[in-house]
Amino acid sequence: MTVPVPYRVTEREAETADTATIVLEPVQVALQPFAPGQFAMVYAFGVGDIPLSVCAIDGHRLTHTVRAVGAVSGALHALRPGKTVGVRGPFGTGWELPAAAGLDLLVVAGGIGLAPLRPVVRQALAAPERYGRLNVLIGAREPRDLLYTEEVRGWPAALTTVDRPDSQWQGEVGVVTTLLDRATFDPPSTAAFICGPEPMIRATAGELAHHGVDPERIRVSLERNMHCATGHCGHCQLGPLLLCRDGPVVSWTRARPLLMVREL
Amino acid sequence: MTVVRHGFLGALSPAHREQLVGFAKEVSFPGGIRIFEEDGVADRFWIIRSGLVALDVHVPGRRSAVVETLGEGELLGWSWLFEPYRWHLGAQTRVAAQAYEFDAERVRAARAEDPAFGLAVTHCVAQVIARRLKATRTRLLDLYGPPA
Amino acid sequence: MADGAVVIDKAGLDALIAVLTGRGRTVVGPTVRDGAIVLAKISGGDELPYGWGVELEAGTYRLRAREDGAAFAHSAGPQSWKTFLHPPRERQWSADRGADGELTVTEDRTPPPSYAFLGVRPCDLRAIAIQDRVLTGGRHVDPAYRGRRERAFLVAVECTEPGATCFCVSMGTGPAVGPGYDLALTEVLDAEGHRFLVRSGSAEGESVLAELPRRPADETTRTAARERVAEAAERMGRSMPLVDLQVLMRETLTAERWDDVAARCLTCGNCTMVCPTCFCTSVEDVTDLSGDHAERWRHWESCFDRDFSHLQAGPVRDSSHSRYRQWATHKLGTWFDQFGSSGCVGCGRCIVWCPVGIDITEEAHALNRERGGADGEGTP
Repeated sequence: MTVPVPYRVTEREAETADTATIVLEPVQVALQPFAPGQFAMVYAFGVGDIPLSVCAIDGHRLTHTVRAVGAVSGALHALRPGKTVGVRGPFGTGWELPAAAGLDLLVVAGGIGLAPLRPVVRQALAAPERYGRLNVLIGAREPRDLLYTEEVRGWPAALTTVDRPDSQWQGEVGVVTTLLDRATFDPPSTAAFICGPEPMIRATAGELAHHGVDPERIRVSLERNMHCATGHCGHCQLGPLLLCRDGPVVSWTRARPLLMVREL
Repeated sequence: MTVVRHGFLGALSPAHREQLVGFAKEVSFPGGIRIFEEDGVADRFWIIRSGLVALDVHVPGRRSAVVETLGEGELLGWSWLFEPYRWHLGAQTRVAAQAYEFDAERVRAARAEDPAFGLAVTHCVAQVIARRLKATRTRLLDLYGPPA
Repeated sequence: MADGAVVIDKAGLDALIAVLTGRGRTVVGPTVRDGAIVLAKISGGDELPYGWGVELEAGTYRLRAREDGAAFAHSAGPQSWKTFLHPPRERQWSADRGADGELTVTEDRTPPPSYAFLGVRPCDLRAIAIQDRVLTGGRHVDPAYRGRRERAFLVAVECTEPGATCFCVSMGTGPAVGPGYDLALTEVLDAEGHRFLVRSGSAEGESVLAELPRRPADETTRTAARERVAEAAERMGRSMPLVDLQVLMRETLTAERWDDVAARCLTCGNCTMVCPTCFCTSVEDVTDLSGDHAERWRHWESCFDRDFSHLQAGPVRDSSHSRYRQWATHKLGTWFDQFGSSGCVGCGRCIVWCPVGIDITEEAHALNRERGGADGEGTP
């Protein structure tokens, strides 16, 4: 797989003012199946491609949540059902939820970081007997920035906090790390899955490790500049890691020493 | 089992925790009740047992601006520890809340009488303040905001 | 002898070029152009840089006439073979949007050229092996690179004349040739004449050799060749500290030395362009005027470019400090983690072509001293 494979946009749902979820289906040939945490390179015709994690796993359908922040993401955000994009993938490491069998689960998401974590929550909810307690902690800037609100309402153990409440907001206000106090889990037998802005990842993972969660069981999804996704372009290096290949999901054991070096 | 990792009481030694709880009485607040107001006399403080309390600032023309919410196990109020013993935020329950309420004057007196106890309590409060300062600084970064 | 080594003379070298050309190959070799020994298409032995050597120093490259008329007694020039195997600019695929909006993506299937590289230095032979690992050794293979690489015929030349900026001995890549060649030459000039000891390393090498005017290798030539290479090993102009460089890089990420080098570095990226292993690229997407035909082009990129590490809010590596550190630690350290070897082959190009003469060996020594390693350890 070296060139993008045509996929058609079959559904599109606006999540927030600048974020939409698009469902893609293969026009003819389908890519290999994606695992939660992995990403696709999605190509907007003539503009370019960007990495987008899968936020739902459903046969050959690929679901991506895209926030319009640049030329490519803006073009993908603007797509409507019927349009065609090019897709390469699957790339990178996954969350590997099954390895957390028998453990309490802590899913911590900041902003659009919820997108790659949604399949983890769905997987865990679909097999409650396999895991301990599930906690989903979600942080966002404002209530209107929250993703998948309807679905999240149906998640039994989800707590949401925002930085900037509006007058209607009746929930928590504060950083997502403060929600750790409200979560119910036993640190020595907990697996954590974290995605969000890097300072939020550092704060959350650092706090969990401090309170006895095994750093090997803290999995974080990192972001660097990905161009080729095949390990050939060099842009996504983080010290010894090529994040398109060795990431985006890595253990806190690996990530911590790298994230603490400025400008690495 | 809820693991209280940062709960205010959890940070004290068992002896000091018992000493402090000796000053406590159980109270409950309905939802939407104002517990204290900015610049009011900080003569009490609480450890929340359940429910959710919002800290807010009065901004003319805006309904109260909530800066943070506090829940189970968290300390509500630290202005009682430092002069001039006046609240610098307001507090209102989001939903019905239960709490241990402490008479600030009695705790301050105990602090003066028993420096070890005083130090432990001050240390705990300082930890809470440090943690909230850290959280506030993180929020100042507006990490989820649109790229500059 | 059993190894099948033979001796050819200058006419044999001419014949080699003719045979390779006759087999449909584009022969690329060193030739004098624009005051440098460059790598370019050559059609005859007379285009080789007979009688030319080079004077190298940090930030300095000068051609120098040689009395002895040697063809390969010059060190690395401004280019390396990656120019041909991993070209600076390349179309990867094109996409067309049909009237119904359907997308068709077509991989670029330009038939890869069939190169013969004449005069591949041992350090550069290793560099090719390193790029092979990066571009074809992982889960994903760069098909265009593989196509060119599989068709390339490599004529290595052992190094008998290291430059003042060379340190292949430190990196274990030369001056004797390692594996991976089709033919390996050692140039010998003495009272018995100007000749080349040739060994073959592949079946095709063997068959090419069979077409050349040659004689079996005599002991005098073998000994002379061996001695010249052994002497070259003693004349390295530079050396790395005798420590585990991967560990050194890992342990000095916060060293003050990076500030020192950052004060000199112009972040021009010359070192990355001349480095025979630097492989980084960026892509750009272009459309024609109709708007229905788009192409994906890939071009060399440098980690010294500020946008190289760009994220939504800006570059991860903003300071020149961090960008030089990225380059050096990748080359000497994290390359091991990523691709199982060093990314440096000791060719010295980055030292020569740095406009301010930054010397990666000097920086490594300084980092080693700052870490507390013995001062001068491994210095020549």
